[in-house]
Amino acid sequence: MTATLSHNTPEQALIVSHIDLGLQRRYRSERRFRAYGIAALTFGILCLVLLFSSIISRGYTAFEQTRITLKVDFDPAIVAPDGNRSAEAIMGGDAFRFDDLFSATVQKSLEISPDDEDGLYDALDLFSKGSSPMLRQMLAQDPALIGTTKDVEFYATGDVDSFVKGSIRADIPESQRNIKDKHIVLITKLKDSGALHLAFNTGLFTFGASTRPEVAGVGVAAIGSLYMMLVVLSLSLPLGVAGSIYLEEFAPKNRWTDLIEVNINNLAAVPSIVYGMLGLAVFINFAHLPRSASLVGGLVLTLTTLPTVIISTRAALKAVPPSIRDAGLGIGASKMQTVFHHVLPLAVPGILTGTIIGLAHALGETAPLLMIGMKAFVVDYPATPLDPATSLPTQIYMWATEPERAFIERTSAAIMVLLAFLLAMNSCAVLLRRMFERRW
Amino acid sequence: MGPLWLLALIAGLSLFGFAIGRWKSVALAREGRQPMAARPAHYGSFVLVWTAIPAVIVLILLSIGRPYIADHAVRAHLPDNVLADETNLSLAIANVEQVANGLKTVTPDEMQNIKIGVVTARSVFAKHGVPLAGDVEPYQLAAAISLNAIRATLSDITDVTVSLVTALCLVFAFIRIKPRLRARTAVERVILVLLILASSVAVLTTIGIVLSMLFQALHFFSMVSPANFFLGTVWDPRFAAAGSQESGQFGFLPLAWGTLFISFFAMLVAVPVGLFSAIYMSEYASSRVRSVAKPLLEILAGIPTIVYGFFALTTVGPAIRDYVAVPFGLGTSGNNVITAGLVMGIMLIPYVSSLSDDIITAVPRALRDGSLGLGATRSETVKQVVLPAALPGIVGAILLAASRAIGETMIVVLAAGVAANMSLNPFTEMTTITVKIVNQLTGDLEFTSPQTLVAFALGITLFVATLALNVLALTIVRKYREQYE
Amino acid sequence: MSSSPAPFQTIRTPDASPRPTKIHADGVKVIYGTKQALHGVSIDIGEKSVTAFIGPSGCGKSTFLRCINRMNDTIVGARVEGKITLDGEDIYNTDLDVVELRARVGMVFQKPNPFPKSIFDNVAYGPRIHGLAKSKADLEEIVVTSLQKASLYNEVKDRLQEPGTGLSGGQQQRLCIARAIAVSPEVILMDEPCSALDPIATAKVEELIDELRTNYTIVIVTHSMQQAARVSQRTAFFHLGHLVEEGPTDHIFTNPLEQRTQDYITGRFG
Repeated sequence: MTATLSHNTPEQALIVSHIDLGLQRRYRSERRFRAYGIAALTFGILCLVLLFSSIISRGYTAFEQTRITLKVDFDPAIVAPDGNRSAEAIMGGDAFRFDDLFSATVQKSLEISPDDEDGLYDALDLFSKGSSPMLRQMLAQDPALIGTTKDVEFYATGDVDSFVKGSIRADIPESQRNIKDKHIVLITKLKDSGALHLAFNTGLFTFGASTRPEVAGVGVAAIGSLYMMLVVLSLSLPLGVAGSIYLEEFAPKNRWTDLIEVNINNLAAVPSIVYGMLGLAVFINFAHLPRSASLVGGLVLTLTTLPTVIISTRAALKAVPPSIRDAGLGIGASKMQTVFHHVLPLAVPGILTGTIIGLAHALGETAPLLMIGMKAFVVDYPATPLDPATSLPTQIYMWATEPERAFIERTSAAIMVLLAFLLAMNSCAVLLRRMFERRW
Repeated sequence: MGPLWLLALIAGLSLFGFAIGRWKSVALAREGRQPMAARPAHYGSFVLVWTAIPAVIVLILLSIGRPYIADHAVRAHLPDNVLADETNLSLAIANVEQVANGLKTVTPDEMQNIKIGVVTARSVFAKHGVPLAGDVEPYQLAAAISLNAIRATLSDITDVTVSLVTALCLVFAFIRIKPRLRARTAVERVILVLLILASSVAVLTTIGIVLSMLFQALHFFSMVSPANFFLGTVWDPRFAAAGSQESGQFGFLPLAWGTLFISFFAMLVAVPVGLFSAIYMSEYASSRVRSVAKPLLEILAGIPTIVYGFFALTTVGPAIRDYVAVPFGLGTSGNNVITAGLVMGIMLIPYVSSLSDDIITAVPRALRDGSLGLGATRSETVKQVVLPAALPGIVGAILLAASRAIGETMIVVLAAGVAANMSLNPFTEMTTITVKIVNQLTGDLEFTSPQTLVAFALGITLFVATLALNVLALTIVRKYREQYE
Repeated sequence: MSSSPAPFQTIRTPDASPRPTKIHADGVKVIYGTKQALHGVSIDIGEKSVTAFIGPSGCGKSTFLRCINRMNDTIVGARVEGKITLDGEDIYNTDLDVVELRARVGMVFQKPNPFPKSIFDNVAYGPRIHGLAKSKADLEEIVVTSLQKASLYNEVKDRLQEPGTGLSGGQQQRLCIARAIAVSPEVILMDEPCSALDPIATAKVEELIDELRTNYTIVIVTHSMQQAARVSQRTAFFHLGHLVEEGPTDHIFTNPLEQRTQDYITGRFG
């Protein structure tokens, strides 16, 4: 009897179906297939967890910083030898006198004998090289301090900071660590006296670039990023919306608009570094705009963001039902009036969502900014979008290549700051979508 | 007046134009001799656009033209021997620029002293905080003075022209307001033109990319033959020493190999993981699992690539080096193809999964029902009906992901290394096209040396490659979607 | 609080010579999320005959049909209560295999849904996944017989390797029927199989249904009362999730006992 025969009568078909459909084998394969799916999904989510935990575990310590409080005696004989106590006099003249002031402070606080020069240098090693300029700034702001004594909080160096936080360990051989045994003695002494302590690292959010990790921060970079985002928002939103309105509502459907459509979709997938090169060639080399300026960075990021804005705006416009347009046209409004009075307002939530997502993407973009020189060493806040500036992602890039432990910690912290911004923006987008979601 | 002031002037006059245009139309309507063809706001807008737009166009044209006229003025003052030295010409012009900037800070007395040669310009400038690289040549001083003069004149011309154009247009538009004027149509026509211009920005961007890179790349190919570039197996560009004509070797193949090798590993991770996640989420997962897992995977897409780069550099690279490469004697570097490929693969998972998810969901329910109704299991339905039906779309998604992989920059910059190797061992350091673009274009740039220009040759190659992949992928996906619409 | 409404009484007219029961349903309820689509349907479906389900749209007839081979399982949030047996076996019994069930109870859908494969592969799909053919020749024979039974073979015999999606609508639907037959099911469920077809194609499919009933138990959902009258031996009238009346087709159409049935078949609503 052949299988075909069994087909001819249902009675026999019944037998066939009960005989063997290979069910066991087929269900094994079913389970296997399902397991692959679960494994793949788990792998993806595991990567996410690993990524976040590796960054958080490296970075959370950067939000605290080691400080050392010392009693400073602002001796007029040292800081104002000529008796002139004006702010100008303090900022002028010999800078070494503040080094002397600081050395004297350290010497006194740590009870180092005046003859022990090596001991003093070892102690000074613990403090940020910015300590004496800091004293000078303090006095310039408040010359009345001269002749008084005051507790001042100094920054410990990045290495001391890492040691205190336990990421440089005392049990590895002395030759392999930057903190020597003699430093450890001093640190223990300062700790015991309560002078050395951990405090919240406000500098991380306010400082600019620095070769010294203890005074390096993302404040300046964040302002650069902010300027760029303002430029991107103020250009890509109007350009993108205007362009989309034309393409979606007015453009005739022909090969030319077809080409524009393909072109926009392609632009959304062009490597971002290519936009950087365009910016370099056009804005800097051709138009002679300044390098490292947040205006140029903003222009380049506008170009990278524009396709995203256009694509989401067109989708939002497309989602407005034709009946709305018919209603507008039906009461005698012009096409332009219909679009601007009726269609566009209904598409606003969709447009905003797309724009925020585009902005979030632009905020994390790094490669094109490297092309236009936004990895400059910028210490001061940029006052205008034409000043040299840097950005959060490029700051992260510069720090990522620094070998010091204290910089790795700060890089992770900077990443956490960047991710926090992105999370906030994306949550905004999701919220907007939820609030204004409309079913036609 | 600077351009910002001019813009403010234009804006002010335009708003004023809106007000008086509106006022006039209201007045005309009140006379009531003829019915008005449009609403008062349309007449106001009519005056506004006619005031603002010509003025802005004139301002833009003048701003573009000014540097060329100034450049021409500088060149007229340069001696022949400087003009003849093509390579240093831009440097000479930049020097004049510097002197001109310095001159702006100088007081008239000091100016007199410089002119009669009592003091050097350099020392005066230094006092005002303008550093100069060398002493000022007499021709430079002359050129700088005339440059400043011409700039001042040009600035005045711009101010006067723009103000005049704005005012004239305002008056002209105001006079044209008549009851019969179809102000709304006229304004809408202008808006339409603006909309068209905005939509052409995207096209202009593409043209800009192609032209700017092609121009520099051709410049490069005039120094290094395309054959040496595309078929060269050694990448050793040396350094761009000013004036030296010695050039290194610019072999493209090691970079192409590194790019492809890393992308291959990235796809090896991203395609199976992304595809199976998409299948699981669209065919098996309950809506609760889906509502949690899908956004989680999409977070991966939202993380900036620099973060992935850092992750590769500090976590994945050392782990692979210490636990795989070194114990098996495969390599000693934390920068290697596997690290870069793996991390890039993780980055691409959401691209593959969300695109495939869309595509799998687009397969009509009827096909699934047809298969299930015959007694096929879920996996049989997926493997034999859904996937074959979705195949073109999935291929498109994979091509798009591949295009991202070869254009990805920050991960490879931090994790792949800079040595241009052509090896089959994925635990060695290799480099990619994008890494070399970054290397060659950061630091000092000389738009005359092959060391800088090679980046544009690399850039246009990268652009063409990704363009081909994208267009192919987009066409496939589009055809696929049309099939089920 | 449970003041359940008075139990709904289905009016039943038995056949003069009843056939053995193939499918028996008892108090079947279907709830989609919070919406109840079926309120307790009980019916016996005789073997080797055509039973038609009629009723206005949204009355639950398709929902009930999809219960018979558990296609409702594929809809998220759908819940089925009550009991359906096939040859006395509870199909919602957890031990029963849904794959096996669907191999025995095939289904043809409203819109022709050939797979984007060749005509041959479309028909061979079921036998292949179920491993029904021992050899290639076997498989070919199954495909050919199924196409013949679906009265499609003569039209497509020269182009078996061409895509099934290239056929006309009526041919596609007959291809889907051939695809269902190829698994040699005992029951074939048809969910408005002609609603997407033109009159000539409809006639062919109806003719085919009439031929198939000698070997298969067929349940057909239809919008068209003429079609029900032409192809079925028994007719069940559904309304608002209730089975209102069922009986021999000629009886239902000529002498309905329920007012609503009469209203529906005379076209007062629908």
